[in-house]
Formats: sequence, C-alpha cells, structure tokens
Amino acid sequence: MTRKISVTVNGTKHELEVEPRLLLVHMIREVLNMTGTHIGCDTSSCGACTILLDGKSIKSCTVLAVQADGHSITTIEGLAPEGGPLHPLQEGFKENHGLHCGFCTPGMIMRCVELLEHNNNPTEDEIRWGISGNLCRCTGYNNIVKAVQWAGAKMRGEETPSTEPEFV
Amino acid sequence: MIAQSFNYESPATLAEAIALLNEHGDEAKVLSGGHSLIPMMKLRFATPSYLIDINRIPGLSEIVEDVDGTIHIGALVRESQLEHSELLGRHFPIFKDVTKLIADPQVRNMGTLGGNLAHGDAANDHPAVMIALRASVIITGADGERSVPIDDFFYGFYMTAIQQGEILTEIRLPVPPKGTGNAYHKLERKVGDYATSGVAVQITLDESGVVTAAGIGLTNVNPVPLRAARSEEALIGKPLSDETIELAARFASEDCSPSADLRGSEEYKRHVTGVLVKRMIKKAAERAQS
Repeated sequence: MTRKISVTVNGTKHELEVEPRLLLVHMIREVLNMTGTHIGCDTSSCGACTILLDGKSIKSCTVLAVQADGHSITTIEGLAPEGGPLHPLQEGFKENHGLHCGFCTPGMIMRCVELLEHNNNPTEDEIRWGISGNLCRCTGYNNIVKAVQWAGAKMRGEETPSTEPEFV
Repeated sequence: MIAQSFNYESPATLAEAIALLNEHGDEAKVLSGGHSLIPMMKLRFATPSYLIDINRIPGLSEIVEDVDGTIHIGALVRESQLEHSELLGRHFPIFKDVTKLIADPQVRNMGTLGGNLAHGDAANDHPAVMIALRASVIITGADGERSVPIDDFFYGFYMTAIQQGEILTEIRLPVPPKGTGNAYHKLERKVGDYATSGVAVQITLDESGVVTAAGIGLTNVNPVPLRAARSEEALIGKPLSDETIELAARFASEDCSPSADLRGSEEYKRHVTGVLVKRMIKKAAERAQS
C-alpha cells in the first residue's frame, strides 16, 4: 500500500507516492535521483547518508520517507547553487585536503553545517565530538578538523588559516 | 536492507493512536525516534504489520517544571533536547553526561527518551539514569494514564510494564533537594557502542556531609536495568568516606549479573562496575557540594 507524501527537498516541493518501508535515503537517491547522499553502512553507524531534516542533521538510512511528509530536507546538492560559489564547508574541505576518496564527504559536510550553525568557532575537541557519528577511512580526520576550522573562520568573516601542508 | 511491508499510520491525537493500537493488537508497533525499531525492522527482527507513528501527536515534546517540584519530560523529547535543556541542566547535569555517550549527534537528533525506555533494553543508558533519579513513567491507555515507578517498569529482556493498547507518554522526575549531585559514565569501546558497564549516581548530602539520599543505577551488567540497592544503603546515613564508597562499589560489583561477551568477561565487567561506582559517587558528591 503506497502513501502520498509531500516533501520539500533543497527548496523544491515534491509530491510523491511511496511505500511506507521506503527509506528516506532511497527516496533521495532512487526516486529523486540525487546521488550526492551516500549509503555506507546502512546501519546508522557511518554517517555517509547524513542530511538535514528541518535543519537538523540525521542519518537518512534510519528514517522512513513517510516520516519526512510535510517536512523540509537539505542534501549536499542544496548547499551551493549550481555553478555558484561553494559553501564555506565545501571550500574548506577542498582547500584543506579534507577528503581523499570522498565517500564520507557529503555526510561529513552536512553534519558540520549543523555543527557550525550552533557554534561557528568550535574547538578541535568539539569538532571531533561533533563528527563522532561520521566515519572516514582515508584522512585520519586531521584535515577534516582543519577544514571545519577553516570554514568556521570564513563564516565568521575572519582570515582563513593557511592551507600549506604540515610536514611532521 | 529493506523492512518487511507494513501499513503506516500517523495519528494526530493520542486517543486515535491508542485506538489504533487496540485495533491492531500485537501486530502494531509504536514509532517514536525509530533508531532502535527501524534497524530491527531492516534486519527483520521486528516485522510489525502496522507502524503507529506518534511523532505528529502534539504535546509530547516538552520539558516543564510544575509548581510541586516535578519535572515533566514528554515521551518525544529528543536526546539532543535533553542535552541542551537549560532547565534540566540546572538540576540534572547527569543528562549532559549521559546524552554525550548515547550514539552520536545525528542519532541524538532523532532518538527519544520515551523510546529509549520503552525499548526495554538493559543495554540502553537512560534506564540506569532513571533509576538513580527515581523517575516515574506515565503510561496512557484507553482508560486514561497511570504512573509506574521506574523500579516496577522493567520486567525482562525487552519487556516493560507497557501493556497492549498503551503508550509511554511522559517521564516525571522529582526535583532533588539542595545538596544533591548526579553523574553518569559508561565504559564504551568506541563512540556509539553499548556500555561495557555504565553507572548512574544521584546523591544528597546534608550540611554536615552525611548522605541523606542515594540512587545508583547500572547499565548493561544485568538482564534488566539494575538498582544497586545494597550500594545505596551502604551510603545512606553516613558521611561519605573512602570506606563507605569502597563498600558501595563492592556491593554493586557483587550484585550485578553481567554476561561475558565481546566487551569482556564477567569478572572484568564486575570490576569495571565497581570502579565506575566509586568514580560516579565522587563526581556526584563534588557536584552536590558546589
């Protein structure tokens, strides 16, 4: 039995007819064909499927599409306009080598959007706790922390830290 | 992983939700934050025919203090709300301790206190906290609501006092008197893991430093969430000393009943429980005195 739902995705309203068991991440990827949101573990551990539901970061592999009925979601595709300037977090990850393979990056960035919204000047410890639900198997997290700090500085209107590589 | 097919209902009122639960009996499950239930449905450990989503019922998401000195926490209050509530923070710093250790920020944006308790899992962290704080659980059915003391709430593995046709709607906490402190910690192998052992303590000290009230709850070291009653008794009526704290810790490690698993042996978990009891008593006492 399907159900009619109305979900606003990146500012566009979609009227959809979905099975109740359809996961939100499958709705985004397979019904709306937006593949920026990734499926990693499919068990709410890795955070690759993180999106914003009414501005709050959630793991879309563990939410049903029907639960989003009447709500707004934002995915990585909605962060910056097509061809326009990147979001400070996207720029921060790019400038600071905050990704290698890139699989975790959309989830990592969507999580950090909420993190910086609450606190645009987080300490390293706050960033590490803040991304504790997002796994990265490449970077070792150091450059992700730097990327978030860089984005925070940019959002505060301050000079962004140097992105020269550190050799230790 | 895709769950088995089910019918989805999203009632707008509590009465409607209860009627649906009565109509569908044990074919129905209540959906709150969904972060225990949906994973179980995806693994097909849970295969309800009807999912009753209570998230659209108004009035279940507030934290308020009434004139009688009771805090009311709606069943749909999210972990992230508990984490940042200024009202709770004033009386219960323990909520900051515990929420930080539950899963991760995204899961805490969905997971609810009501769901955490109603799931009836001794590995969850809130049961021990509720035991330490002497909470009451409000359960609502067709005949109205009833209040169940936390000590009568957990029956067994995934079993609680909630009967068919009933919904957990609220948690009530008595505001503790002056001179009270509380604290929680768990040993976890990594973020988001269940506790190897977890300990919640609330303690009240009078002006001369004598313990007048104590609540101690244990996570994941017993088939059901456990009140460390002998440990509480070891503290009450005496000034806190290394000897009474040591005795309380010994009683807790003797009285729990952990099972060996990938997190450690039975002996190790008893040891960790004792260590955490000591540390949490000291931390709660420090907070009581500040």
